[in-house]
Amino acid sequence: AVLLLGPITAALVILGRFSLFHPIQTISVIPTIACSKIALLGQLLHPRQLVNSAVHCVMGIVVAWCCAITIGGRYETLGYTCPQSDGSSQMCLNEYHLILLLAGAFVGLSYSLLGVIHNMNYISFHTVQQYKYLRFKGALPLVVKCSATQALYSIRNFIVVYFFLGYIPKAWFCKTLNLYLNSSVHPLDSIAGLLDLSLVYHLWISASFLLFTWHITLVLFRIFVTELYSFPVQSSFTEDAHQCLAKVLNEKQPMILKFLALQDLALLSQHSPSRRCQVFSLSQPGGHPHNWNAISKECLSMLTDLTQRLVAYHDTVATNGRAKSLSTGSERKTSSETSVTSGTEDLMSPRPTLLMKTPASVFARSVVGTPRTPLTAPFTPDLDSPFASPALRRLTAPVEQCSPWFGTVQSPHVKNFLAKRVLIMYLFNKLPEASSQALFADSQAHIWALEGLSYLVQASFSEDQFGVVQTALPSILSCMLVLQEAVDRHFKLPHASSKPVRSTGSMGDSTHKTLRFALRATLKTAIYRITTTFGDHLNAIQMSAEHRKRLQQFLEYKE
Amino acid sequence: MCSLALFPPPLPSGQTTLCESNNELLSGTTTEDQLKQESSPLSLYFPRESLKLHSRTESSSKAAFLDHSETLWMRSAAAWRDGGLTGLLNEITTSHTEVPKWLSMSSGCILALLQKVSSFHGSLFPHLTLSSEDMIAEFSQVLNWSDCVVRAFAWHPHTDKFAVALLDDSIKIYNPKSATTPTLKHRLQRSVAAVQWKPLCASALAVACQNCLLVWHVDPCSLSTRPSSGCAQVLSHPGHSPVTSIAWSPSGSLLVSASPMDTAMMVWDVASESCVPLQRVGGGGVSFLSWSPDGSHVLASTPSALFRVWETRMWTCERWPCVKGRCQSGCWSPDGSRLLFTVQGEMVIYALTFTDTPAGVPTSTSQGPQAAAVVADLSETTFNTPDGDIIVGGEIQSLAWDSTGERLAVLLKGDPHAADRPAIIAVFKTRTSPIFELLPCGFVQGERGAEPRLMQFHPSFQHGALLTVCWSSGRITHVPFYFLSAGVPHCGLSGSPSLPRPQTVPADFANQSLFTELMS
Repeated sequence: AVLLLGPITAALVILGRFSLFHPIQTISVIPTIACSKIALLGQLLHPRQLVNSAVHCVMGIVVAWCCAITIGGRYETLGYTCPQSDGSSQMCLNEYHLILLLAGAFVGLSYSLLGVIHNMNYISFHTVQQYKYLRFKGALPLVVKCSATQALYSIRNFIVVYFFLGYIPKAWFCKTLNLYLNSSVHPLDSIAGLLDLSLVYHLWISASFLLFTWHITLVLFRIFVTELYSFPVQSSFTEDAHQCLAKVLNEKQPMILKFLALQDLALLSQHSPSRRCQVFSLSQPGGHPHNWNAISKECLSMLTDLTQRLVAYHDTVATNGRAKSLSTGSERKTSSETSVTSGTEDLMSPRPTLLMKTPASVFARSVVGTPRTPLTAPFTPDLDSPFASPALRRLTAPVEQCSPWFGTVQSPHVKNFLAKRVLIMYLFNKLPEASSQALFADSQAHIWALEGLSYLVQASFSEDQFGVVQTALPSILSCMLVLQEAVDRHFKLPHASSKPVRSTGSMGDSTHKTLRFALRATLKTAIYRITTTFGDHLNAIQMSAEHRKRLQQFLEYKE
Repeated sequence: MCSLALFPPPLPSGQTTLCESNNELLSGTTTEDQLKQESSPLSLYFPRESLKLHSRTESSSKAAFLDHSETLWMRSAAAWRDGGLTGLLNEITTSHTEVPKWLSMSSGCILALLQKVSSFHGSLFPHLTLSSEDMIAEFSQVLNWSDCVVRAFAWHPHTDKFAVALLDDSIKIYNPKSATTPTLKHRLQRSVAAVQWKPLCASALAVACQNCLLVWHVDPCSLSTRPSSGCAQVLSHPGHSPVTSIAWSPSGSLLVSASPMDTAMMVWDVASESCVPLQRVGGGGVSFLSWSPDGSHVLASTPSALFRVWETRMWTCERWPCVKGRCQSGCWSPDGSRLLFTVQGEMVIYALTFTDTPAGVPTSTSQGPQAAAVVADLSETTFNTPDGDIIVGGEIQSLAWDSTGERLAVLLKGDPHAADRPAIIAVFKTRTSPIFELLPCGFVQGERGAEPRLMQFHPSFQHGALLTVCWSSGRITHVPFYFLSAGVPHCGLSGSPSLPRPQTVPADFANQSLFTELMS
């Protein structure tokens, strides 16, 4: 305990410093999902990531230095005076100090790399609302456990690395700082040196402390960012109008605000009769249901967007990913769009373009208005130019060019040629589930939209005095049914319905891996919520025969 | 205030309760043939002999093999695998001839210390020493669960289908509109304590098992009679077993589960198979859960004399300490404003009233009541019947309130060793608005020698309330209560029975109110 006292005071300094360097811009509510190994490698070698890793290394060294000072004893300084055999004394390198600093750097590096692999920058929203303190308290045991185990693994790896490569930094330090190696002391990069249990313990405890600090920061950040924020549905003052729920919902950036607004919508529609009443209200001069119109339109366009994405993906897969000429591509695009719009009437015609950036685009077609070839590029085409350095550009340039080979292998001899290069295949092969995950990467928004809409519609049965919801009911229903059809079709694809391995004991959030299942369940529940509330009244609604058939299945509880 | 004295006397033996019509319970003499003849497709009979029971448990198979000597390492590894730390220490201590003396001594000391600690813990929470089967039997809502042929029963919330969990660990699903009755079996489906259908869904059925939770997805259109175990999601969390109670949120989005061994109540997002533990120290576990029909509150009772009422918006809870024993059972009024509960060792029903939160204040906790009110006293009452005196009353096993809020069924434990103190179901008429009122209705009895074990109201019965009772004989019967719900506007279109409204009935015992809020 005494041992930890010092580091904890040092923690304050570290935390202050850390927040300065904290790359907040990398945190996102939509996970980036690498569709192939090479994409993951690209993410790891991304300049931003390199800077991030370097900062983490430096932080690790600083914390390790603090630890070395507080532990004291043999760890305290980098150099010490050692008597020579001839009686004179000189400055020698204290290897214990060095190994602690290097361990800090190594743990920092591995933390930052594992962060990319485990999607540590992704913030998921909880299904259960809790107060911040309780949530923090609940997360604390996991944080301690994770830090301890991750530190253990990192230290194990570090010891292996140090055993083989430890002489390099040792020699470098000796050379640059003009220190000598004390030949009478056992070198640490030997089996006997590394079997020192007290040393391993100290390494582990300082690594645990370092990781604990970072994990706590991460947990606190997540808790505060995802905290429920209540947006006013209607503001009485015009200067506050930009804070209104409908206004924020229709904004595209920043994403976190949109997500918070959707979360608020889902909760208000479920729990708050008075705020629902505001949603259903009419504007005072004019008598238009502006609030409801804005909210429902935004939710529906999001759902339609997802439907289009699914349909386009399904078409790409169904045609075995063969690259099509531009004309057929664009032709099919319009046909798919019309088939969707036919259901939802003209509701989305005002905004046929993309609303959100497609997450980690599995395909970059149809949603982006430009006529791009429907490539299933294995590379995540991050539009804000990740590859700044020319060396990386050179690395990635062939990838961009050859990308049609992998998703879309056309000629057999190309295939054979590639098969010989096992490593390349390994790197470029699509990870089976990843494309499915990437399609649904931002589905938390769709889940809230579905919940919000369905709860509002359910409440409208008794609360909507002016019948504002009734007018939108056909389009809501058909939008949901079309989406249901698309989701059903998607789940028939191979790998789409295979469950990911549950990873426990990691700070990374794996919620994004199961978002598609959550969306499917929510969608079904949302349709049932509407059909159970309205019952046979739904027969009075105008809709296509196919949709009516589908709806009848729901009315008879056969879905 | 002895409520049961106002009840009509129990039926003579041989008579069974058939239904309630025109404000009185009708009974009839039924013989075996009649039962067979008139049984509707939903009345079922599971004779005990028809079930193939596995008599051996896994641990007992050890005795069938000869003991043979292994090396100490092998035995230690096996002990670690089977019994964990305690097993390992035990193994080291017993094989003191092979290990160094200091090792066997120290492991013996640690073992003794562990036992002291666990016995101290056990003395704080006696239920922790029970085996998991006994624990389920202790905390189940089913009377005498371990001896029950039908161990759990669940109506689908929206349709006329139901699931029945049987003694042989299988679950059968009956649907009058379908010829197939799927049988669900799973390797992990053992000692089923509760089943519940997911609301707003046609297919999902949650099953509380000994070691985990299973969520079956049974396609209602499928013709398969044996859905594969791939249709079941397995939800488990370390330390969270045996699961004795589960409850779906009425909106169908969340599932909560409780285990008397775990102080945390799990809130599951079933689709993503993730859970949020809601930990509260005190109570030593969670034994029974009930979600209010409006979704705003969850009752969570603990094995100690304490229960909690959670509000589901921010998941905060109110603590309700009881004087005598643990909260045995509870049920919510349809609007979620009133909670009735019973306490082990007491013969009364308590009520708690929850008023709505002031609207628009999202963070305020619900303004709960200050103390529970006694609404019914079910202490023992002697009735003179042609067969001799029968004593009815006593402790309460479970409560059930129908979805219209007009009938309350109470399963009284009785005394299994005394012939004149049978377990019986007492049914009350209730009104929740404008004020809460309780009136006697009558007893529901089965055929000779059968005692009620489990009961549930149909969640969406059109003509009143339908009480399904599972009997000790393995029979499942349905007792309809025909009445016009006060909450539903009478349109007179459907051929409704003549107004059986309590107010219009001439004054007799049935009209004497047992409890009204005006009294208290």
